[in-house]
Amino acid sequence: MTTKNIVNINGIEVPFNGERNLLEVIRKANIEIPTFCYHSELSVYGACRLCLIEVEGRGLVSSCSLKPEAGMKIKTHTKEIRDIRKISMELILANHDQNCTSCVKSSACKLQEVAQKIGVTSVRFKKAVKDAPLDLSSTALVRDPNKCILCGDCVRACSEIQGIGAIDFAYRGANVTVTPAFNKDLAHVECVDCGQCMRVCPTGSITIKSEIEKVWKALDNPQKYVVAQIAPAVRVAIGEMFAMKSGELATGQVVAALKMLGFKKVFDTSFSADLTVIEEANEFLHRAESGENLPLFTSCCPAWVTYAEQYYPEFLSNLSSCKSPQQMLGAIIKESLPEMAKTKRENVVVVSIMPCTAKKSEAVKDEKSVRDVDFVLTTQDLVRMIAQAGISFDNLLPDSFDMPFGFKSGAGILFGNSGGVTEAVLRYLSNEADFEQSRDGGFAEVRGTEGRKEITYVLNGKTYNLAVVQGLKNAKELLKDVKSGKKQYDFVEVMSCPGGCIGGAGQPVCFDESTRSQRARGIYEADRMMQIHKSQDNPSIKNLYDSLLGTPGSEKAHELLHTHYHNKKRIRQDEISLIFAHNANTIDVKVCVGTSCYIRGAQDLLHKLVRHIESKGLQDIVSVKATFCFERCDQGPTVTIGKEILHHCTFAKATEVLDKQVKELAMKN
Amino acid sequence: MKDAINLALETGKFEARVQKIQKRIIICAGTGCVANGALKIYRRFQEIFTERNLPFVVELKEEPKEKSFYISESGCQGFCQMGPLVTIEPDGILYVQVKTEDVLEIIDNTLVQDQKIERLLFKNPNNGKACVGQSEIEFYKRQSRTVLKNCGKINPTDIREYIYNGGYSAAEKAYLSMTPDAICDEITYSGLRGRGGGGFLTGRKWSLTLKQNSAKKYIICNGDEGDPGAFMDRSIMEGNPHAVIEGMMIAAKAIGADEGYVYVRLEYPLAVRRMKEAVKQAMEYGILGDNLFKTQNKFTITIMEGAGAFVCGEETALISSIEGKRGMPAPKPPFPAESGLWEKPTVINNVETLATVPLIIDKGANEFRKCGTPNSPGTKTFALTGHVVNTGLIEVPFGTTLREIVYNIGGGVVDSKGEIDPSGFKAVQIGGPSGGCLTQEQLDLPLDFDSLRSIGAMVGSGGLVVMNHDTCMVKFAQFFMKFTQNESCGKCVLCREGTKQMLALMDDIVEGRADEHTLELLEQLAPAVQKGSLCGLGKTAPNPVLSTLAQFRAEYDAHVFQKRCPAKECKALLTPEIIEEKCKGCGVCIKKCPANAITGEKKQAHVINENLCIKCMACVEACKLNAIAVGA
Amino acid sequence: MNNNEEQVATEARQFEKVCKIIESYGKSESKLIPILQAVQEEYRYLPEELLTFIAVTLDIPPARVFGVATFYAHFALKPKGKYVIKVCDGTACHVKNSVPIIEAIMKKYGLTEQKNTTGDMLFTLETVSCLGACGIAPVVVVNEDVYSVMNPEKTLSVLKNIEETEGLNERRN
Repeated sequence: MTTKNIVNINGIEVPFNGERNLLEVIRKANIEIPTFCYHSELSVYGACRLCLIEVEGRGLVSSCSLKPEAGMKIKTHTKEIRDIRKISMELILANHDQNCTSCVKSSACKLQEVAQKIGVTSVRFKKAVKDAPLDLSSTALVRDPNKCILCGDCVRACSEIQGIGAIDFAYRGANVTVTPAFNKDLAHVECVDCGQCMRVCPTGSITIKSEIEKVWKALDNPQKYVVAQIAPAVRVAIGEMFAMKSGELATGQVVAALKMLGFKKVFDTSFSADLTVIEEANEFLHRAESGENLPLFTSCCPAWVTYAEQYYPEFLSNLSSCKSPQQMLGAIIKESLPEMAKTKRENVVVVSIMPCTAKKSEAVKDEKSVRDVDFVLTTQDLVRMIAQAGISFDNLLPDSFDMPFGFKSGAGILFGNSGGVTEAVLRYLSNEADFEQSRDGGFAEVRGTEGRKEITYVLNGKTYNLAVVQGLKNAKELLKDVKSGKKQYDFVEVMSCPGGCIGGAGQPVCFDESTRSQRARGIYEADRMMQIHKSQDNPSIKNLYDSLLGTPGSEKAHELLHTHYHNKKRIRQDEISLIFAHNANTIDVKVCVGTSCYIRGAQDLLHKLVRHIESKGLQDIVSVKATFCFERCDQGPTVTIGKEILHHCTFAKATEVLDKQVKELAMKN
Repeated sequence: MKDAINLALETGKFEARVQKIQKRIIICAGTGCVANGALKIYRRFQEIFTERNLPFVVELKEEPKEKSFYISESGCQGFCQMGPLVTIEPDGILYVQVKTEDVLEIIDNTLVQDQKIERLLFKNPNNGKACVGQSEIEFYKRQSRTVLKNCGKINPTDIREYIYNGGYSAAEKAYLSMTPDAICDEITYSGLRGRGGGGFLTGRKWSLTLKQNSAKKYIICNGDEGDPGAFMDRSIMEGNPHAVIEGMMIAAKAIGADEGYVYVRLEYPLAVRRMKEAVKQAMEYGILGDNLFKTQNKFTITIMEGAGAFVCGEETALISSIEGKRGMPAPKPPFPAESGLWEKPTVINNVETLATVPLIIDKGANEFRKCGTPNSPGTKTFALTGHVVNTGLIEVPFGTTLREIVYNIGGGVVDSKGEIDPSGFKAVQIGGPSGGCLTQEQLDLPLDFDSLRSIGAMVGSGGLVVMNHDTCMVKFAQFFMKFTQNESCGKCVLCREGTKQMLALMDDIVEGRADEHTLELLEQLAPAVQKGSLCGLGKTAPNPVLSTLAQFRAEYDAHVFQKRCPAKECKALLTPEIIEEKCKGCGVCIKKCPANAITGEKKQAHVINENLCIKCMACVEACKLNAIAVGA
Repeated sequence: MNNNEEQVATEARQFEKVCKIIESYGKSESKLIPILQAVQEEYRYLPEELLTFIAVTLDIPPARVFGVATFYAHFALKPKGKYVIKVCDGTACHVKNSVPIIEAIMKKYGLTEQKNTTGDMLFTLETVSCLGACGIAPVVVVNEDVYSVMNPEKTLSVLKNIEETEGLNERRN
């Protein structure tokens, strides 16, 4: 190599080494380049035009999309660049609802921050905001199109991190919007409520659906016995919104603040994480023995569970039947607390503090009369409540969790990180020798930021293949490999958010990934400081089994701690009528034309059936509909005729059943 | 597998057939002539031939009877406003504005008795003299039709005719006797620059792509000619589709591609059909496919129809569109040469560029350089439209002056009534929505890539719109702003929001709401959009505004400061005025005026109160005596 | 009722066609645009259910299909009229007064930029940026037929003829 990897930035030589683009090199030289649409974890988009720099010989270029080359001469803040940045910013603001003082994103708004830094003091252009209605349909998120600056970060997060694409750009030019398909509401499309779109949104265009007022109302009601539970990931991140560093443990302050807010008891979701480990590990051992329903997929992450229900119904029996720690603790509290606190079950209100938006929908999913969890606040929500109460968080004296559901092992805390559930289960399964080794990094394979991590573990002479994935797109890839037989696993942990729960969308806003790794370190540090590292060593857990649950997987355990899953159609408006019968006594024929049935020849079957019905003149009594998915993709093509469900359906089989039913109907009339 | 084609054999077979032809009738079947009934004429000829029992053929598939008439369609001949055009060969007679009623006479007189029909010949508008054929018509005489030569001469639906006229011999030469490097060098040396507007050296583009180490490469022909006012690519695809295919084959050999796409605008259904037919024929004749000219090379072409987005003319947007996505441009680099279609090295060339390639390979780069200017060799087609006598498609060497084009080829400027107006010239808009205006002062500027760029205009795809003094330049700039604003993909801030705000400012000017701040803001915003936008569409969108601001500042000032439109086009700035001498005081206008702005006694001249007038012009329409004039 | 039946019967048949179209192009995301074009050719517009069906079949998110369908001017998510009138407003046609033609049609049929199809579904008015027929400007195209050197009067009379052939003249007068 003759030329060194050096670029010249404003007259200063700056070396580069492996940076993907000039923007990163320039930042390394301590120059902040403003941008909205560049995210190191997403693909390069190049649309906001704020990161423009001047490269000698090339003129103005966007630094996010240009690779560094040796010898480049770069200027980052010429008059021309400053002028264009200012104009771009004014143009964005002219098309942005500047209701800043009452915007929940106000304190963490990147748009505000950048506008200030660039020095925009007035907007000279005409207001171009269209007064579009808010989308309040989702349980977890609120979309305000009037605040959208069309940077596309949410669109790319949804498709590149989660592989879902529930929202996308629509229309063109000045009419471009980001919207779910056909301008539907978020609640009526494939959204799994993970909130990653919101996490990357630089403005208040996507925000958390807040239940703060409902929680206040419960706290204000003297009849109610309001308790809180705190997820492991919250304690390493909440401090960021106060004077603490990310990753620094704020457990004691959070407990103290919650007590001041009026919560009667504060429990730790890490406790029920320990419970999850025991239930899930036993379920796994059971399955491993029988060889059924492997791999076992973890079920702690609600966005993943929704995703599986929508896209991979054929894998639902592989999901662990364990509820998530949030739901387990809610169930246990509602079961035990009334007696302990001498109150009625219906007066107990469980509020959980979660790093996650999807937990909000998990809580309302089971439509039981008494819910396990009544309200879910995200870390951000809690910070807002603390502010509303005027509590000076930084000066609080740490308080401790209430017993008995405040006691946990280090394993329970690990749940906050991707790989944590797996590591906790491995600790449960491993013998002392193995575990001692693990403390020197024996289970290091499951830690870290890679999208898919794999570990092979030998137990009692049997080899187990485990995998850990973060991001649903990576989960999709893994499922493909499992389906095709390319990979075989026994245990798979799936977390939807990058980094696991510490990277959840309900956490304090951060655009910088180093924050995430500090949070992850905080979790491992918390584990290290614990005296107990294995879930089964948690004495409160032992007591709980002795007093209430009996043994892992017992009937009582199933009643309180386990759940089941439902196939959910991804496309909710899902039937296309092909032949309407207009007689009261009709036979409904539904042919599944979902992807997997399609591949198995559902279309052909449909054509033939329509022709058959027309040729026999049965249009009056038979109605034919194409539907997008039944629940039995593995047994397609699936056809329902009247009340009969036909799997592996053929034309002959369908006509046989249909003709029989037509005859029966004729006899009846 | 198809046998490789033997060009000499095909040519010989065709020659034998041509020998049997007595006269050939070529009916222009370009979009313009078809709109005026060319296909009816085509059918009428056949009907009468059949009735009269005259020997005729419509296709030279096999040897016709002795002394047959051969009647065929051709692509656009460029002289659209005089269509339908009928040419009789070998006499070289061109009949214009032919109607079905004329067909019988043409057959009787011209075909059978060799007599010209004076009535159907083109008359020189200056002296009324009848012109027999192209060689006598100024419009054609002054052009150098090379790329367009075969458009209008050969039958575009018959590959045999293309071959007979020397077609595919350049491809044969490229595949049999040239290395990829040699082809790239030849094209680079020829100085051929992209005809789509950018003017990048085609040979350089090819060499860059050739260098890429990839087993799969693509060649894309950009036929998404979206500039309003340009239609040369349409004419080539309709009139000489095989030239485009041959150009693509040569490019494919030069860069090592085995697959090609032609992306054609949806608004050009005939071009789509012709290109599809041509590809099909080329496959049948073993010209496309495997083992090209008995070599190991293979090449296939897919025709892809656009779906109505101007921005897809931009390379990266076009690639997105072929991939099935929204046609939104991506930042460059990486350039398509490194990472294009499906992230493979890709060359994208414009239709006219590719149609020029066979000519260069055939005759050599030196021959090609003889025409045009040193930095812009060769010829360029322009779509000449607007207020000129002769509108249509023309081809001239680079370096031709605007004066030559407007006055000699175009036959001069016309006024609003269509009469020749020797002093009527106001400006020429070149390069469509990304171009600029040329004025009186630039009439003698030799047109080429660099001279135009030096004055803030660009060749663009080659639309030339001539404007007379009745055209308001501010309104014209607003028209283009509206166009680009409408066609912006909406991805980058400066283009999406910037063009929107520019248009709002232009609206203010045209509608009389502007003040000095409007112009100031416009002058700050326009360069920001120009320099900071992501793709070519945004970067060139301010050009029409900037160029008219520079050339016609006084007109802008009149709109802004005096609320006056000198060309009397901007309605909001016009006030109706009653001409006292003509007004008979009938009161009709008083009744019609919705603002009660007109007063006056019966049988006495009425008066309009300017302060009340809302400039709806209802009074002007109502007055039967033309007594209300629109002043400025 | 009778109408509804007919409609349903046609729908069934067209749905079959959609399947055939997808089959013929292959189930690949890169074929989305040609598939949408062919479906629109068949259906005259792109109904939501069919777009969803196409998305599911090609295994791409419906939002992306919606994004593509709304990006390109050619795609219509609402049914178009029987006759689609395209008035060219390219540069050449514009300087030769295409705007009065557009205004005349709008006025006569009560159309606006938002509502560009007549209530009886006979006409849809579209403005196109250039049809490449600048030599015969201004140009109006009705379905496949190109009309050259037009003005408002000529255009309205073309449309009136269409109404007459459709037997609608009485109703409007």
